[in-house]
Amino acid sequence: MLWAALRFPDLSLQLYLRGGDSCGPAIVQETGNPARVLSCNEQAAKTGIKPGMAVSAAHALTSGLQVRTRDSAKEAKALAGIAAWATQFTPTVSLASSNEVLMEISGCLRLFGGLRPLSGRIRVGLAELGYHATVVLAPNPTAALLLARDDVGTSIGNRLELRRTLARLRLTRLDQPAQTIAMLANLGVHTIGDWLSLPRDGLARRFGQGMLDEIDRALGLLPDPRPPFSAPNRYSASLELPAPVQETEPLLFAAKRLVLELTGHLAMRQIGVTRLKLELQHAHHAATPVVLGLSAPSREAGHLVTLLREKLATIKLPEAVENLVLIAGEVRPLGSCNRTLFSDGRPPREERWRIVEHLRARLGVEAVHGVEVFPDHRPERAYRRTLPGHAADGQCELQRPLWLLPRPRRLHAEGSLPAMDRPLTLLDGPERVESGWWDDFDVKRDYFVARDSTGAKLWLYRERPDGREWFVHGIFA
Amino acid sequence: MSALQSLLQNPAIWRGDEHARVALPSIPTGFPELDDELPGGGWPRGMVSELLTERTGIGELSLLMPALAQLSQQDGWLMLIAPPWIPYAPALAARGIRLSRVIVANTTSDKDTLWAAEQSLRAGNCPVVLAWPAAINEHGLRRLQLAAEKGGSFGVVFGESVRAALPSPAPLRLRLGVRQDRLSVKILKRRGSGLTPTLWLDTDQPSRSTTKILNHGGHGEKQDMRWRDHGLLPNRATSNMSAAVLRHAISDNR
Repeated sequence: MLWAALRFPDLSLQLYLRGGDSCGPAIVQETGNPARVLSCNEQAAKTGIKPGMAVSAAHALTSGLQVRTRDSAKEAKALAGIAAWATQFTPTVSLASSNEVLMEISGCLRLFGGLRPLSGRIRVGLAELGYHATVVLAPNPTAALLLARDDVGTSIGNRLELRRTLARLRLTRLDQPAQTIAMLANLGVHTIGDWLSLPRDGLARRFGQGMLDEIDRALGLLPDPRPPFSAPNRYSASLELPAPVQETEPLLFAAKRLVLELTGHLAMRQIGVTRLKLELQHAHHAATPVVLGLSAPSREAGHLVTLLREKLATIKLPEAVENLVLIAGEVRPLGSCNRTLFSDGRPPREERWRIVEHLRARLGVEAVHGVEVFPDHRPERAYRRTLPGHAADGQCELQRPLWLLPRPRRLHAEGSLPAMDRPLTLLDGPERVESGWWDDFDVKRDYFVARDSTGAKLWLYRERPDGREWFVHGIFA
Repeated sequence: MSALQSLLQNPAIWRGDEHARVALPSIPTGFPELDDELPGGGWPRGMVSELLTERTGIGELSLLMPALAQLSQQDGWLMLIAPPWIPYAPALAARGIRLSRVIVANTTSDKDTLWAAEQSLRAGNCPVVLAWPAAINEHGLRRLQLAAEKGGSFGVVFGESVRAALPSPAPLRLRLGVRQDRLSVKILKRRGSGLTPTLWLDTDQPSRSTTKILNHGGHGEKQDMRWRDHGLLPNRATSNMSAAVLRHAISDNR
């Protein structure tokens, strides 16, 4: 067994800062009287602000200080998001406390190419999500947590080392009441090593079985089961921006964090989204929705972010955005695909929908379409727009022009012949089309092929039965 | 003699009276006479070609149809970006194009047209990208050319023949005209030599001429007309593209 503990020491602060890439001095306050600084970022620390300080004192140290109030519900939601993201690496993920996540990784080392690449991926992945965490590995979850709480952040590979390293840890790292720890400190017992040198039965009598068990679990002497985390079926997450934003790029920066979290979640469940909604929430106006419809399920963050970029570029925001909410709509199964060993430089077949989605995101869903043949004799009804790539491969035996004018153009006639600038030469025809008396589009026409003075071939018709007027309906091109 | 000929096949040998044969990935145009004149023996892949016409509709699409029909059998999309009119599905199907591969992208501005063309060319899974920008400058064409090189697509930019006088980074430029039912193809620029003959191609389908049917006269005519009304008239001719070609290279160039 090998457990990784991810600890987010100042999760409350990270939550507010992950939405932007740079920020002035910022603190998170804990409500109370007086309100105290719970955590502060580097810029704030430079001005002399320290956790535990009164917020009024912090304001006195620097101007332009951004103050947020801690929201434990939001933190819990964020941690669940991280856990869901982590399920792409291993199925065994567990929430340990309000800012710690555990992952059992011995089973997936091989898949990710060993310990170093895996822990590297976890670290880079977390950084991309906008979090930074202490990542520590140990043979059991309790030891991993204890080490992660210690600032040293050493990882342990085997049992012998485990006892030695843990012996140096202070008892304050344990999940025990502060009262007990203080009492032990009065007795001169500061570290786990000190504790282990005392007789067990006496310790159990004085301090209860609980503390004894926790240390035994850390040493691997007792089983250490953890409740597994199960990701919610439907993904939705929100992200509060550090400052209201109106420009596309900073919005995308924040949206990318959410998209990455989403894709981790999707990868675990082997699904892809076909519909994705990003809600841009404003202070006063109703939220602006950005909806992506995909032709094929996808869970590639780069692709989704590209589509969002095109969509965002076409949207006019009523006012600056304060909060982003990403909601996965429809999902469909999407297995992982094999890549070819010898790449011919072309994108794999699965990616053929990318370009279609990309075009649709910017040009609009209606603007990008396929065409198919529809069995109707009326030229206007003989073709149909379809979803891209969903057209049937049709057949046609008739002589038809490659271009059809959206609306037939009337020609003036010189004598009995139609003319544009000069009279046209009729080459072929008539072809009679009479159809559609049953719906409201009755067509009675004689079609001709004609050539104009420049040599272009046109498709003309004359209305029957009293057809004096000529119309151009197509160009043979 | 055969030794000499095999020697002349060597691509390292260039003879002054012909354009250099270059091993370029290309698609046969369907017109052997045109293939002969194009470096690589067909429409070049991984490049943008410019087709300049005196006016739209003289036969520039028909010229591409055999190549498009062939490419539509492969994986990937045939992109039509900002077509001037409706690409008529029955006619495309009649020319052997698989409609499931055709995607039409309508744009509202030239900026969008160029953007869409560039993205499609770059994507690598659109073997053909046809674009009809209202205007395009050298910079735009260069961007498209770079995108086509990356994606390996056969890109075509249509334009007016007045543009022929302007410089262009497109490696292949053709000017199309029409006279007496034939399409004239003048190669303005190509890789290889600068010798530019004008070809005369017959891009017409050997049509099932309706006039022939009408010539039956009398009762037969009426019957044929009635069949046609119901779309039941059998296909009378093959739809092969004939390529009766006249070469006027000498008269044009020397």
